[in-house]
Amino acid sequence: MKLSLTVNETAHELEVAPNALLVEIIRGDLGLTGTHVGCDTSQCGACTVEMDGRAVKSCTVLAGQAQDARVTTIEGLGAPGNLHPMQTAFQAHHALQCGFCTPGMIISAIDLVKRADGRLDEAAVREGLAGNLCRCTGYHNIVEAVLAAAGQM
Amino acid sequence: MSDQGIGQRVKRREDVRFITGKGRYTDDINLPGQAYAVFVRSPHPRARIKTIDASAARKAPGVVGVFTGKDLAADGIGALPCGWLVKSKDGSDMKVPPRPPLAIETVNFVGEPYAVVIAETLGQARAAAALVETDFEELEPVVSLAEATAGPQIHEGIEANRCYDWELGDQAAVDAAFAKAAHVTKLEFANNRLIPNAIEPRAAVATYSAPTEEFTLYTTSQNPHLERLILAAFVNLAPEHKLRVISPDVGGGFGSKIFVYPEETAAAWAARRTNRPVKWTADRSEAFLSDAHGRDHLTTAELALDAAGTFLAMRVRTRANLGAYLSTFASSVPTYLYGTLLAGQYRTPAIHVEVEAVFTNTAPVDAYRGAGRPEATYVVERLVETAARETGVDPAELRRRNFIQPDQFPYETPVALVYDTGDYQASLEKALKQIDYAGFPARRKVSEAAGKRRGLGFSCYIEACGLAPSQLAIQLGAGVGLYESGEVRVNPTGSVTVFTGSHSHGQGHETTFAQIVSDKLGVPFESVEVVHGDTGRLEFGLGTYGSRSVAVGGSALIKASDKIIAKGKRIAAHMLESAPDDVDFDEGVFAVRKTNKSLTFGEVAFAAYVPANFPEDLEPGLSEKSFYDPKNFTFPAGCHIAEVEVDPETGVVVLVRFVAVDDFGEVINPMIVEGQVHGGIAQGVGQALLEHGIYDESGQLVTGSFMDYCMPRADDLPSFEVDTTVTPCTHNPLGVKGCGEAGAIGAPAAVMNAVTDALRVKDLAMPASPERVWRALQAA
Repeated sequence: MKLSLTVNETAHELEVAPNALLVEIIRGDLGLTGTHVGCDTSQCGACTVEMDGRAVKSCTVLAGQAQDARVTTIEGLGAPGNLHPMQTAFQAHHALQCGFCTPGMIISAIDLVKRADGRLDEAAVREGLAGNLCRCTGYHNIVEAVLAAAGQM
Repeated sequence: MSDQGIGQRVKRREDVRFITGKGRYTDDINLPGQAYAVFVRSPHPRARIKTIDASAARKAPGVVGVFTGKDLAADGIGALPCGWLVKSKDGSDMKVPPRPPLAIETVNFVGEPYAVVIAETLGQARAAAALVETDFEELEPVVSLAEATAGPQIHEGIEANRCYDWELGDQAAVDAAFAKAAHVTKLEFANNRLIPNAIEPRAAVATYSAPTEEFTLYTTSQNPHLERLILAAFVNLAPEHKLRVISPDVGGGFGSKIFVYPEETAAAWAARRTNRPVKWTADRSEAFLSDAHGRDHLTTAELALDAAGTFLAMRVRTRANLGAYLSTFASSVPTYLYGTLLAGQYRTPAIHVEVEAVFTNTAPVDAYRGAGRPEATYVVERLVETAARETGVDPAELRRRNFIQPDQFPYETPVALVYDTGDYQASLEKALKQIDYAGFPARRKVSEAAGKRRGLGFSCYIEACGLAPSQLAIQLGAGVGLYESGEVRVNPTGSVTVFTGSHSHGQGHETTFAQIVSDKLGVPFESVEVVHGDTGRLEFGLGTYGSRSVAVGGSALIKASDKIIAKGKRIAAHMLESAPDDVDFDEGVFAVRKTNKSLTFGEVAFAAYVPANFPEDLEPGLSEKSFYDPKNFTFPAGCHIAEVEVDPETGVVVLVRFVAVDDFGEVINPMIVEGQVHGGIAQGVGQALLEHGIYDESGQLVTGSFMDYCMPRADDLPSFEVDTTVTPCTHNPLGVKGCGEAGAIGAPAAVMNAVTDALRVKDLAMPASPERVWRALQAA
């Protein structure tokens, strides 16, 4: 089937299998390997991307559901020299170690800050990020980074 | 001192690629013409393979080949070895069942691979794998650890499923001490099976060049040289010089990626067999089934005290689960990494430990963050806390009475280690102050007024890191040395490329090691590049495990840098017409003493490669290597205190506070060290409150996904309060001890001591789930 979508401001017309997942299109067809796959039950959040203004787990979205969607992956967020405040905060607060959960964590965190509308505290960040697993950091520095970035977004 | 040298909170340079999605993990690598591997795995915990009919699978669309264990064996591929030979107390060698990469005659745990399908696409490989028809004769499995020795014999020739029956310590002295004890504290408990779950699943991409007979294997390994050594020397995949193993960015390991596994072995072999690059990436379900698990002990432990609360002796009997086969270092974990740590921070004069290691029809068990030391700490610190409660002594005070004192180092324990340095009371007192120990009764009252229970628990742990020295370890059965290599290559323009045999998969070595070399050579941090994880670029290395990287790998870089400085002095002396002994090196400048003659590091580097009139005995170039073999382990130690609140209505335990005061010796980058501690604590708290790998009675893994295996999430944990004390390691040039495992080692006992304190019960099994806590409260 045909799929039209915009990823990181670039429009794509693709031929995809009807059962293809959005994450497979992103990693495979588009070669955007910053979005990761950490599980097969939608539990880990490593594959989180922004689709039409909301964070989604791209392993749980059929490619067909992304017809005409605008998707932002970690690669579209900001590059060295022009980083998103959340990316900057993750480095400044040592909120990542192996880096594998990081792209999904950053996208989820941005979504959380946007939805919180200025009302975020530690407990809200912890609850809001409970859909993203990190095995390295114990979340301590992630929470600090998100709270710091929230003040700059 | 530069602001990016040793001791500085330098931001990590590797972060730039990770936060922009430009990391390069194994699954991100795609080679032209690659095919995909999917493994066919046993649905049974124990069965004989009667026939495998792959005819339908071979005819399926896109299939390149279907191969079984017999195909690998026919091609000379050998069994996966265990790298540490442990002897039983009767002097006999441990029993080693053969572990072919793909099972041939029997399968021995659910998820064990016995065939592999190679196809053009992943979907085609998956579809074809489902078409492999296998006729199994199911056999009665051995699942229960407690009953393992009485169960059916899993492996031919291995009676009672016993791998070894090991002991350490003076049994007679222990018996005599118990006979005169005023008080004996006894506990029987399990150390729960854990599943490591690095968020990046294991993966491999292998390619083979027929004309040159060379393999390149990209894989998620913590130690690519060890992978290459084992695949070459034992598995017979290829000669070592024809096999390049690359560990690119690796998404966490925690021990589970130390080992050589069937999958990358079979994928590499299949690349040669099919003459195609072959890619395999585990899905999470496969990871649960086939990654090496951790812990899984049953232990009876006793502590004897005199009337003054002085520890007289400790007696420990443990049955350790090895799973179905011996994974790469499985045998060393419940012995040399466990029994040797049972002295803890205390002067207990006599200790005897017996460890019976057995096979069961479950996934292999091997090192997982802490590896033996969390189990040992759990034994010691649960015993000490319980003894304090039973004898009515404050648990902090009982520890103070028994600590090894700062003036007693070096201290030889009754379980074969010599601690070089430490100050255990210093970390205890700092932690007590941080948690406001004096204020705890008031906090408890507040909780109780709200209908809750509150508890506080200690864990004064010790660990042995940077396994060493090679000579001793090899005497004790290790199949590898325990040194680390480092190379410092100064480029003609004065920038430096550092090669380390240690591997980073989240630890930040690209930053830390650059700080070390930058500091040592006085060159800018930005001018130091760190290379790791590629057998094609590094001479040798033993990778990362056991919190060894800075203590051993960092020390190798200091030794190599010393050689750079020594040679630089000779070059400078030649250029400045002086004697090398008259040249000083400081902050990147070679200067002739008592003169104004000097050269910068960059000028000397350039001269090394543009050698004008060098004397005959002075070679051009400026590049040096070192293999650093430590004289001893390092002994990080510290005090962790957990404070919990329990809701008796629901049994839910909330970890309210966690204080960790650790002595890691000198610290290279405090920011990174704190991060390591945070992550370790989270895994330790996970063990205590959430995580449990469970096989049901029929041998099926019932915790086979993130929906069933409870990983710590952000809302399960508080922010942690971490601090340090410092007694520098006495025998390595950096004075460092290692920090990677401390949290996972200290936390379980601290949390369970707090939970049992809150419930006022003697013991409770880990994980302290709401159900267990609720039941314990109902029974109390």
